[in-house]
Amino acid sequence: MNYIPKIDRRSFVVSAAAMGGGLALGLDIPFGGPQAIRAQDGTPEVNAWVVIRPDDTVVIRIARSEMGQGTLTGLAQLVAEELECDWSKVTYEFPTPGQNVARKRVWGDFFTAGSRGIRESNDFVRKGGAVAREMLIRAAANEWKVPAAECSASNSVITHRPSGRTTTYGKVAEAAAKVEPPAEVTLKDPKDWKIIGKGVKRLDSHDKVTGKAIYGIDVKLAGMLYAAIKACPVNGGKLKSFDAAKITGNNGVKKVVKVEDYAVAVIADSWWQAKTALDALPIVWDEGDNAKVSSTSIAEWLKEGLDAEQAFVGNKGGDVRSALASAAKKVEAIYSYPYQHHVTLEPQNATARYTPDKCEVWCSTQNGEAALATASEACGLPIPKCEVYKTFLGGGFGRRSTSQDYIRQAVLVAMEMSGTPIKLLWSREEDMTHGWYHPITQCKLSAGFDADKNLTALHVRISGQSILAKVRPAALQEGRDPATFSGFYAGGTESAIGYSIPNILVDHSMRNPHLNPGFWRGVNINHNVIYLECFMDELAKEVGVDPLEFRRKLMTKHPKHLAALNAVAAKAGWDTPAPHGVYRGLAQAMAFGSYVAACAEISVDGNKIKIHRIVAATDPGYAVNPAQIERQVAGSFVYGLSALFLGECTVKDGRIEQQNFDSYDVMRTAQMPKVETIIMPSGGFWGGVGEPTICVAAPAVLNAYFAATGQRIRSFPLKNHNISFA
Amino acid sequence: MADLTINGRTHRVDVDPDTPLLWVLRDTLGLTGTKYGCGIAQCGACTVHVDGIAMRSCSAPLSAVEGRRITTIEGLAQNGVLHKVQQAWLDHDVPQCGYCQCGMIMAVAALLKDKPKPTDADIDSNITNICRCGTYQQVRAAIHAAAASA
Repeated sequence: MNYIPKIDRRSFVVSAAAMGGGLALGLDIPFGGPQAIRAQDGTPEVNAWVVIRPDDTVVIRIARSEMGQGTLTGLAQLVAEELECDWSKVTYEFPTPGQNVARKRVWGDFFTAGSRGIRESNDFVRKGGAVAREMLIRAAANEWKVPAAECSASNSVITHRPSGRTTTYGKVAEAAAKVEPPAEVTLKDPKDWKIIGKGVKRLDSHDKVTGKAIYGIDVKLAGMLYAAIKACPVNGGKLKSFDAAKITGNNGVKKVVKVEDYAVAVIADSWWQAKTALDALPIVWDEGDNAKVSSTSIAEWLKEGLDAEQAFVGNKGGDVRSALASAAKKVEAIYSYPYQHHVTLEPQNATARYTPDKCEVWCSTQNGEAALATASEACGLPIPKCEVYKTFLGGGFGRRSTSQDYIRQAVLVAMEMSGTPIKLLWSREEDMTHGWYHPITQCKLSAGFDADKNLTALHVRISGQSILAKVRPAALQEGRDPATFSGFYAGGTESAIGYSIPNILVDHSMRNPHLNPGFWRGVNINHNVIYLECFMDELAKEVGVDPLEFRRKLMTKHPKHLAALNAVAAKAGWDTPAPHGVYRGLAQAMAFGSYVAACAEISVDGNKIKIHRIVAATDPGYAVNPAQIERQVAGSFVYGLSALFLGECTVKDGRIEQQNFDSYDVMRTAQMPKVETIIMPSGGFWGGVGEPTICVAAPAVLNAYFAATGQRIRSFPLKNHNISFA
Repeated sequence: MADLTINGRTHRVDVDPDTPLLWVLRDTLGLTGTKYGCGIAQCGACTVHVDGIAMRSCSAPLSAVEGRRITTIEGLAQNGVLHKVQQAWLDHDVPQCGYCQCGMIMAVAALLKDKPKPTDADIDSNITNICRCGTYQQVRAAIHAAAASA
């Protein structure tokens, strides 16, 4: 049960084009063949995944976007494992979305979100490596005129076992490209893995420490101009008028253009010229009724949803209303979670060049195929006449998967000057105020205990915004957004609740303000796990049971959830007293197919929280690169704790008030707690890594804060309670 | 016209003297290792050295740096050998998305020049660059490793 739709509308558009308008969405993955396809440098590819140069360099094609999560290196490990190549000779390249279309989606889905890069392509990329290996072996056997079965490969060397003769991949790659690929290959048993499971270094670090790595913002093209843009500050509002004459004489200014009905852009010789001219441009907006909305009005609307009659059901077992009515003891709490911004450090940007025959876009995107479809839709040229060149991403976190709005704008601006490449860059202020925000929600939790202090009923009513209703309405199920229940699902392989409660109801009253919601690293499970795990701590306190024991008793039917929780409890030393003045808090969840838990150790001095240590466990099934998993987990706590302490976008007069880091602060090195990561792959499934642990960061710290102070914080961020990092 | 000394080379540029150094580096001279993140000297992605001192180039107008010695990430390695901070960064596999890392490395290189063996408190107060991927744990480890190396 994977509740996240795998193919969004734009990917669908592209796939439909690739399949000649058909509806086939399955992957058609030819693994090479008699007609060798040549890479840009003229080397024939062994198959779509593998190009081997005469010097034995192994180029592995990476379809997914690299935005820091390390999928580039992990995917290369998966291919290399089956290829039996020399890891030290491995390099990579990103095929383009246009090539993917032209080759009937040979590389599958480019979409990079939901911690799915490795877990959803591990099978076919490993097969790609295995097929290439067999073709290389057969090429050598053909040359030696011996049976391929007598040959084997290891570390990029092929050996004919009876004679001891050897050759290298680089020497037979040209011939291998013409070998008929085997119809079937058998993947290795995980116990035989040599590269998968190793914490090898990332493949992209050298360029990233020398300034050579190219992000979207760094693209340089001959004759390129620059554009700055301002959209109506109130989402849904329109551009009424602007006085271009006021700035047309400004240094470097080439053109002032209206972008659809809601934005205006200035094109100039440099971005600074474009931006300063745009700042000086008199603009009149028609802000519309949305300008009446404020954080207060949104909060009131959501509050009504906590008791509304109509609600979509996400998980239902037993009869929660009767059980609550007859409970010996009832507990209730209301929580709320704010809008938050991704703040990718690289602001949104794209470079586009349009002619009536061709539209090309260079950009940071989490969804190359959606970017391609966006370009095509924006300019009206068919997909075969469009192309997208992906760069590294200066952060993604879901922003660059939720919407390709910046790409549409770049293409529309480029169409104003046919033939001239134009780099459109949002200022940080434009980026902050035109985001796709972590959705806003409130939550009312009601629990019932029987006379023996057994938890018999739990009703979780979430009220708030649906991401899918805005971003992918086709994914709604009769109006219901299934993703709003992440972490509360009754079962499945994505994010099931880890507790058995005889009477349970989780429902959602959908209320969609005009602000754009988006997938924000961790997405809906971030607030859902705060609600559930803080409330479980409240319940434990109500019945006077240790929070770990309280959870354990409800988790006996959820062994993998329990194992992660037990692992952090053991490593943190839950059964032994914490150092004087240090308090502990726990949280656990299943998220993105992985089982995670955290134990936070904090001390509190007045209004300041010092986080001494976080112990975090992850069971991702298989751990492709433990060193990178450790880094993802540590980083996820920075994302989750920045959000907990500091993250809030507020709405006034219909617009987001925060403009830049001076009003939307984030954690720095000084606030970084020590994160000790436990990687406990139990095998048999493939879980995600980039996002899961974010959701346990905040509740672990909040529960520790309660242990330290006896105070429950139920609205966020903590700065609103004058609580800050020590 | 202004003369800028960048990574040991002099460049004559014809831009408005109010233009921040960041945009001269990126758009006029094509040195894109120095990044734009906020434009208000908050995030540090644009950090360069001016006369050996870390400076946030997004908020330094060209007129303020004319004639001064500027080093960018592209000029940090010498004779093809990585600076010890860059090497420590590789050894600790610090970067994730990498976007902030050039500015971070420039800030650390300047710190180590000033304080060759920085304490954790020195790091906390001096390295205030924003990393949204959250590489801070590796950043701290790599700074200490760079300080310990020759």
